[in-house]
Amino acid sequence: MSTKTFGASIKRKEDPRLITGEAKYLDDVQLPGLTYAAILRSPYAHAKIKSIKTDKAAKHPGVLAVFTGQDFKELPALPCAWQADAGRIKNNLNTPRVLEIDRVTHTGMGVAVVVADDRYTAEDALNLIEVDYEPLPVVVDAEKTTFPGAPQLHENAPNNICFDWSCGDADGANKGLSDADVVVKARLVNQRLIPNPMEPRGCIAQYMPASEEYTVWMTSQDPHIMRLLMTAFVFGIPETKMRVIAPQVGGGFGTKIFLYPEYCLMVALARKVGKPVKWMETRRENYVATTHGRDHVTDIEIGAKRDGSITALKVKTFANLGGILSTIGPGIPTTLYGRLLSGAYKIPHIYCNVIGTYTNTGMVDAYRGAGRPEATYVVERAVDLVAAELKMDPTEVRRKNFIQPGDFPYAPADNILAGLKYDSGDYDKALKKGLEMVGYESFRKEQAAARKQGRYLGIGFSTYIEMCGAAPSAWIGVSPTGQGWGAAMWESANVRVHLTGKVIVTIGTQSHGQGHETTMAQIVAEELGVPLDDVTVQLGDTLGTPFGYGTYASRSAAVGGTAVFNSTQKIKEKAKRLAAHMLEAAPEDMTYEDGKAFVKGSPDKAKTIQEIAGAAALAYSLPAGMEPFLDDVTYYDPPECTYPFGTHICVVEVDKDTGEVKVLRYLSVDDVGKKINPMIVDGQIHGGIAQGVAQALWEGAVYDENGQLTSGSLMDYAVPKAGFFPNFELGSTETPSPNNPLGVKGVGETGTIASTPAVVNAVMDALSPFGIRNLDMPLTPEKVWRAMQSAK
Amino acid sequence: MAQAVSITVNGTAYTKEVEPRLLLAHFLREELGLTGTNVGCDTSQCGACTVLMDGVAVKSCTVLAVQADGSTVTTIEGLASDGKLHPVQNAFWEKHGLQCGFCTPGMIITVVDLLNNNPHPTDEEIRHGLDGNLCRCTGYQNIVEAVKYAAEAMPA
Amino acid sequence: MYSSSVDYYRATSVADAVSMLKKNKGAKLLAGGHSLVPAMKLRVAQPTMLVDIGRIKSLSGIKAGKKEVKIGALTTHAAVASSSDLKTACPILSEAAALIADQQVRNRGTIGGSLANADPAADYPTLMLALDATFTMMGSKGEREIEASKFFKDLFTTALKSDEVLTSITVPAYGNMEGMGGAYLKHRHPASSYAVVGVAAMIGLIDGKVARAVVVVGGITGNPMHAVAVESALAGMEPTEANIASAADMMDIEATLGDSYASSEYRAHLAKVMAKRALMLAAQRAGG
Repeated sequence: MSTKTFGASIKRKEDPRLITGEAKYLDDVQLPGLTYAAILRSPYAHAKIKSIKTDKAAKHPGVLAVFTGQDFKELPALPCAWQADAGRIKNNLNTPRVLEIDRVTHTGMGVAVVVADDRYTAEDALNLIEVDYEPLPVVVDAEKTTFPGAPQLHENAPNNICFDWSCGDADGANKGLSDADVVVKARLVNQRLIPNPMEPRGCIAQYMPASEEYTVWMTSQDPHIMRLLMTAFVFGIPETKMRVIAPQVGGGFGTKIFLYPEYCLMVALARKVGKPVKWMETRRENYVATTHGRDHVTDIEIGAKRDGSITALKVKTFANLGGILSTIGPGIPTTLYGRLLSGAYKIPHIYCNVIGTYTNTGMVDAYRGAGRPEATYVVERAVDLVAAELKMDPTEVRRKNFIQPGDFPYAPADNILAGLKYDSGDYDKALKKGLEMVGYESFRKEQAAARKQGRYLGIGFSTYIEMCGAAPSAWIGVSPTGQGWGAAMWESANVRVHLTGKVIVTIGTQSHGQGHETTMAQIVAEELGVPLDDVTVQLGDTLGTPFGYGTYASRSAAVGGTAVFNSTQKIKEKAKRLAAHMLEAAPEDMTYEDGKAFVKGSPDKAKTIQEIAGAAALAYSLPAGMEPFLDDVTYYDPPECTYPFGTHICVVEVDKDTGEVKVLRYLSVDDVGKKINPMIVDGQIHGGIAQGVAQALWEGAVYDENGQLTSGSLMDYAVPKAGFFPNFELGSTETPSPNNPLGVKGVGETGTIASTPAVVNAVMDALSPFGIRNLDMPLTPEKVWRAMQSAK
Repeated sequence: MAQAVSITVNGTAYTKEVEPRLLLAHFLREELGLTGTNVGCDTSQCGACTVLMDGVAVKSCTVLAVQADGSTVTTIEGLASDGKLHPVQNAFWEKHGLQCGFCTPGMIITVVDLLNNNPHPTDEEIRHGLDGNLCRCTGYQNIVEAVKYAAEAMPA
Repeated sequence: MYSSSVDYYRATSVADAVSMLKKNKGAKLLAGGHSLVPAMKLRVAQPTMLVDIGRIKSLSGIKAGKKEVKIGALTTHAAVASSSDLKTACPILSEAAALIADQQVRNRGTIGGSLANADPAADYPTLMLALDATFTMMGSKGEREIEASKFFKDLFTTALKSDEVLTSITVPAYGNMEGMGGAYLKHRHPASSYAVVGVAAMIGLIDGKVARAVVVVGGITGNPMHAVAVESALAGMEPTEANIASAADMMDIEATLGDSYASSEYRAHLAKVMAKRALMLAAQRAGG
């Protein structure tokens, strides 16, 4: 491939409308006759709903209607996509209803809705609804919820266990531990996070009675899936009777993947009320009604020989799923967590057991990284704990255990990856580059000198891998060997070259900040040899785009991009055949280069793609059997996932008097395979790092023992500001993925996956003179200070 | 009881009757249809709603429309002139200072005010100058680059 | 996000505002609105009427004299932070104002509004106590003055009567005096940007020794308090690091505030550390 656009840091095509305020996000969408919904949410974490009085609210001026769960009891509870059944694992599923009817199992569950002329009035009316709750005892801890005597949330889930899942080989792992020279045990907590995309969630639904059709606008990362789930699993109407539009979406980080009760509620309301209805979350509402991330309590045992080689890793995790299940909740701490516990290392024996539990807290589901940050945290902390125990340099232990370039494709031990294999990599090369960038040897000298002056500097590493470009459908799905997700995971792209030579690409991915209108266009411009300005990418509307699984799991480049690429190849083949016809040449003698088709060796007698497209569109003279128009669609099911990797390094200073941690430097060397647009790739890494560092130092959702989210707003939950970070220093290596023709691995989540343990490892390194080995996140000043005090 | 307010927004004078409790942000978005200014939170932290009011950056979600009576407001829609992007807008585009774009209008307005007060800020001054604007996508790095690029491009 | 309904009145003078407050029991003053409007949006404040004093010109402005600086209650934090008069005459105040919230909030929030709100996590109350400021207020019974130490009564509670308007704040122009230095340090809450702990330290030196030390701690109790033990320990001493460190260690304020970010025990510890650091800086600035 020549590199005219592919690989170039081209300014984004989507930006003009974003930098001028022209772009239309959900709350910007206006419709004639639009009404506004406000949802009354339970202030109790666990309660029976005894009665609801709505008459005062219904009579309030400006109110059209007030409804409760009873009014929608004919609608089933929402679907959960992770069945994991196939007789292999029992799954005690409980999902939300559009409005709860009898009981609530977390604060913020919706119990009533007001529809009014404007949002202020709707809020006034909410305050007039009287709900009689019978509070029930509350449990919020992921592990303690399984103890005898804990309040039971759901009848079908004894001991509040949703599932008990495992992968790997327990006997092998036990043997590996007994063969070890040292075994380190630790409890690692991966605290609950609130994702906080800057745009909260919202939905507008409109019903047209004559055609019995719905149009739904929603803040979604996967409109086609939303349509399928709502029509087939909630409303029981033909899939074609609904159009779902994701307008400009202001960030998602996973939270906007799922089917939420409010979306279904708006659809039901639009029909019931006979007017279009809009619901837009407030930020505080987002905190109780939108999914959270992480929330694992994990006990690890890692065994190693004196020379640093790891003999086994055994992991037991309690994964908090919340008071009720979100669409994919159970799939995250299993498929995308347990299976990734080999990390970048040749660990000979691995066993992971995950207990997914219900507690009276908000729903937990995928959040940037989805399982892989949790896995990387476990592995990268475990390796550092081994290094500390053996008094070995943490980079030496890593090197000792790295999977080597010659080992690819690499299947982690004990079939934990269920048949998949890491594609390609050179982990040591990335580590070497990182060490050069940071100046490792001189840092250690500086650190030693600082310690003598009573200053505590620390350096932390994270040599991560991750798995993305999800996923081969048979691997992930409800097939005999699949992971049990009720989904496929291929992707689609339709490429059409119009009569005037302009190209329209419609795809099933859904950009919400990742720049697909630019990157997908770059692929097309490169392959077809057309100007970038001539390529328009359309997405986010079920009308006019082929069915696709949407954007998450860093899949859009590897899977969506390949679908785009494959469609361009089909177009080129057809273009060559038509050009041969136009040039009266033999099709097998044709080649296609730089936007032209010509007989090999005679580039001066060429037909441009624009000429070919024109001929195809007019169809005045086509070869026998050829259909008019240059138009091809690809549904691409990836044969494998892709495996980015790299080294992240964090340098911190800990204030010995206050415990404050200052990030002095943050460097990353990431290998995401080939890059379509390096500027966009770097932007993804920056954003990912910021979120991962934030988990280590500032963020954490806090529930009190009554199930109240005390970190209930941005006043308490510390989403980081610009002043919190130094400039990130980015480096990269490039090991193309052999698993797709673009050679891309994906980058959307790597920053977050890698960074959290790098920061924690750095702080532990700074505190090692105090003998402190492990502290839980976030590493607030008080926590660090107390650890130093206890150590004295 | 409704109050009459007269506010000049992006050069056009408007007079409307509003409830005292109506936020300036909602006035701009709903009454005037200027939806470029976004609302991202409810505790005055995020800054997505930032506009220029009488020449300085303010959070329009924390100002009542009645307080803006008689004032001049500039929103993101009013920054470009004669179809030409403001240097700050252009800088964000050049330097990939945005991803999802939701925080961007407020961020750009804050930067305009920042550069008005401090035409050649250091990295640290930029980062602290953005204390009132949250971004979840960019990690702020390219925003800082955009500010520096804009500073170079703007008349001293 | 959506306040409850409220009536609105725009006052044309302080007397006008006072009269409206007297007539309407549920009325609240609206200045910059950056404490009140957020509270209304959460519906924790539901005034029946807003008496907007935001346009009363006499309430704004900074008048610097040789001995004192008089600051109108409606002066914004941004104006306090950037005032060259204050940077010369009372630099600790402009330094503290620059640390409040963020630029947008500073462009609207007023010194009078913040003081009348008396949030324990705010910055100004600590400063006012350290500066021994005087507050002037106007009510239906006329004008009166109160010193800062008598102004703050409890969390969110001041000596202002329900019909009184805080009109100005007078602070000493210590920057015009020889041998005086002050510093304000703030441990910022990472989410709210409020002061988890805020320490204002002032030092007056005569012949290289501390004639007077002031240390006021905010954020650990309902209202800011003098760290009297620290102040006494430093009196008459040379402002060396060792003397300052041991004086700071004498702090014995019982911390009553704490939350999931910082417990009261940690806040008390932080106050000592910050007192030491603020005193070092104040001493340096005093010329010590």
